[in-house]
Amino acid sequence: MFIRAAATIAALTLTAATAHAQSVTMAMSAAPTSIDPHYHTFNPNETVDIHIYDRLVERDPQNNLIPGLALSWKLIDDSTWEFKLRQGVKFHDGSEFTAADVAYTLTRVPTVVNSPGSFSIYTKTVISTESPDPYTIRMKTAGLYPLLPTDLANVFIIPKTLGPNPATEDFNSGKNAAGTGAYRMVEYKSGERVELERNDGWWGPKPHWQHVTIRMIPNDGARTAALLAGDVQLIEFVPTADAARLRSDKRVTLSEIASLRLIYMWLDRSHTGDAPFITGPNGEKLGKNPLNDLRVRQALTMAINRPAIVERVMEGAAYPIGQFVGPGTWGHVPDLPPPTLDVARAKALLAEAGYPNGFRITLHGPNDRYVNDGKIIQSIGQMWSRIGVQTSVDAITWPNYVGRTNKQEFSAYLLGWGFPEATNPLRSLVYTFSPAKGWGAVNRARYSNPAFDGLVDKLMATADDAAREKLVIEATRLAMTDVALIPLHLQKNIWAMKAGLSFVPRTDEDTRVMDLRPIGG
Amino acid sequence: MTSWLLRRLIQALFVVLAMTVIVFIGVNVIGDPVEILISPQADQAERARAVIALGLDRPLWEQYARFLWGALHGDLGKSFVFNEPALRLILQRMPATMELAVTAVLLSIVLGIPLGLYAGLRPNGIPGRLIMAGSIFGFSLPTFWVGLMLIMVFAVQLGWLPSTGRGQTAMMFGVPWSFLTRDGLAHMLMPATNLALGNIALVLRLTRAGVRENMHMDYVKFARAKGLTPARVLFVHVMKNILIPIVTVVGLEFGSIIAFAVVTESVFAWPGMGKLIIDSINVLDRPVIVAYLMMIVFLFIAINLIVDLLYTVLDPRVRLESRE
Repeated sequence: MFIRAAATIAALTLTAATAHAQSVTMAMSAAPTSIDPHYHTFNPNETVDIHIYDRLVERDPQNNLIPGLALSWKLIDDSTWEFKLRQGVKFHDGSEFTAADVAYTLTRVPTVVNSPGSFSIYTKTVISTESPDPYTIRMKTAGLYPLLPTDLANVFIIPKTLGPNPATEDFNSGKNAAGTGAYRMVEYKSGERVELERNDGWWGPKPHWQHVTIRMIPNDGARTAALLAGDVQLIEFVPTADAARLRSDKRVTLSEIASLRLIYMWLDRSHTGDAPFITGPNGEKLGKNPLNDLRVRQALTMAINRPAIVERVMEGAAYPIGQFVGPGTWGHVPDLPPPTLDVARAKALLAEAGYPNGFRITLHGPNDRYVNDGKIIQSIGQMWSRIGVQTSVDAITWPNYVGRTNKQEFSAYLLGWGFPEATNPLRSLVYTFSPAKGWGAVNRARYSNPAFDGLVDKLMATADDAAREKLVIEATRLAMTDVALIPLHLQKNIWAMKAGLSFVPRTDEDTRVMDLRPIGG
Repeated sequence: MTSWLLRRLIQALFVVLAMTVIVFIGVNVIGDPVEILISPQADQAERARAVIALGLDRPLWEQYARFLWGALHGDLGKSFVFNEPALRLILQRMPATMELAVTAVLLSIVLGIPLGLYAGLRPNGIPGRLIMAGSIFGFSLPTFWVGLMLIMVFAVQLGWLPSTGRGQTAMMFGVPWSFLTRDGLAHMLMPATNLALGNIALVLRLTRAGVRENMHMDYVKFARAKGLTPARVLFVHVMKNILIPIVTVVGLEFGSIIAFAVVTESVFAWPGMGKLIIDSINVLDRPVIVAYLMMIVFLFIAINLIVDLLYTVLDPRVRLESRE
């Protein structure tokens, strides 16, 4: 809204940044909760941490695994991964990086005090480590675990010189904030800014900017204004409403890519009798949950006009999808397009399932979490009403909403999640809820299909990547044919920067200042 | 005086205690902080660990008792999100909000009272009418809109002022302040103005109404008949009589500015308490929410106390002791 007003004023001039040519300021959309890289699994923390620390395994902009502090990795037997480490890497405190630092990091991760989201979810499969020489580390897992490199692509390495139990506060104050990363931390002001200075000894390609300021500007309008005013040179999460206007503005350049964040809908499967918020066409009890009928689920997914949502509601800033991950991400099924709109067939399927007059349902969703979330569920409500499913829409603020989804209080509800690759959603989202195994942890609708579970069990025990990908594709197809959930679209990630700069957009939403350079520079 | 003060303090204590019950229970029945904070990739065991780490596995009464026990020892709990004492988080951000609020209140007094006096003395002149018309905008335009417009005009279009943030700070009493540096002042100007606009209008209108009412009173006529200069009549006699409502309102408004600077702080990315509380509500950081609300209760109690004391200075007829 603000930019629309802004654009009507013709004589807008972008004041040049007065800062030194080698300095750059970027604005994040959310404040990190700590500089301790193992404190909280939270995206804004990662965005700051990637500048200060490195990981054994890094991810390229398309989210494929690439060497980081480890040059190569391989399974040497069914329960042992071997990582060959990069030599001659130094931490900011001057100590040399070796296998001992990796072992130290792995033992430190689960000991972080009061972590609201522990990184042990990525490290706990490692039972023990050993290093035959300082640049080789072997990690033992309980049985075959093919996803270890993927998991370790989330874990930042810290130096063993920090000693036993380094405190989270000491990272925030800068005392402990020593990584091997491209930048060293100069100052962190919680909720305000992080100051970074280039680490000229970094092993990667030399970043252009000597001095970097990362500011936190959560308000969308203010972030865009800060860019237009020349106070910052790069902003992340450009709101869709502003993107259209900024695209035609010569003073800024946009950089965009399909993200990993899937927006999808759950259909409740936990109730066999009456489901919450579902009644017959006249408000009477149904005595059973219509969503347990495959034909009803098929009707609901084919009643949705995904291209229309992307074009009208998302203003083009999304891609319609009919599976978990997009093209370019590991595990994508090339010939599985999003379900096409077919109102007549949807009506026929409902009639076949015994609901010729449809039923009543309330569709729930957040209104402050995902891009245009409230509007998306409103559109879907109208689309469902067209096939005779009288839909009411209830958009709830995220803090109140999310806890209720986990208690099976809703029947049809919208959520979103970024998947690094396709095994992830298969294992934690669609697999039967199994606390003992730790799988199906976010299977909120309690979908359960033994045939699907069997496939996942099999693929998790398959070491060969190609063979595993085949099984992933098979499992994805099965989940989609059975309408385990309704995928809608992948959000686009949009960055905006001062004209004359170029930036490498990333699917994983991280904003790396190393990837920002002057054009031709 | 002492017994009055003592009574006020006991009253305050009960208000605070009642607040803790309401706030603590209120905050604990909404939502599930673990769901919000945890990574979606976390499995069931990790979720259970987080619930225990945050102390949420305990019954509500036990959580409240622990909180109260801690509060008695000056510990209002640790933030779920930052793992730092909630009180420290709030106090760290307090100077930023304070300097903004004090500047805003000063602006509303320095601009509001003279403008109000003028408009009250010459209610029918064109400048007086303009001031009154302008004041309508002051309190009717929404703060976030005015804030964005200020940024639009002065930062984006004219490029005179920085758009957001706090700018350079300098240390005084071990605390960083913006008003001590040129850059900091430049960063402060727009948010302080934005915060002050509504209050300027309020003070201005109160002053004007007071002046108009008092100018027709007998004591003013008498003073004039006595041959006092118009300036003395206005600034000594009239002023004394109109200041009481102004002091009350400014005092209350000062509290509200501090407590609810949320909008301005968000728009200008000002790292104050307002931004902290709104972020904390979004992620259900319960200890911070509770500690913040406790702070605000204290603040209002303190301000009311000061306002009451100021009354006695302004109007000798007010006796604190006689309020039994």
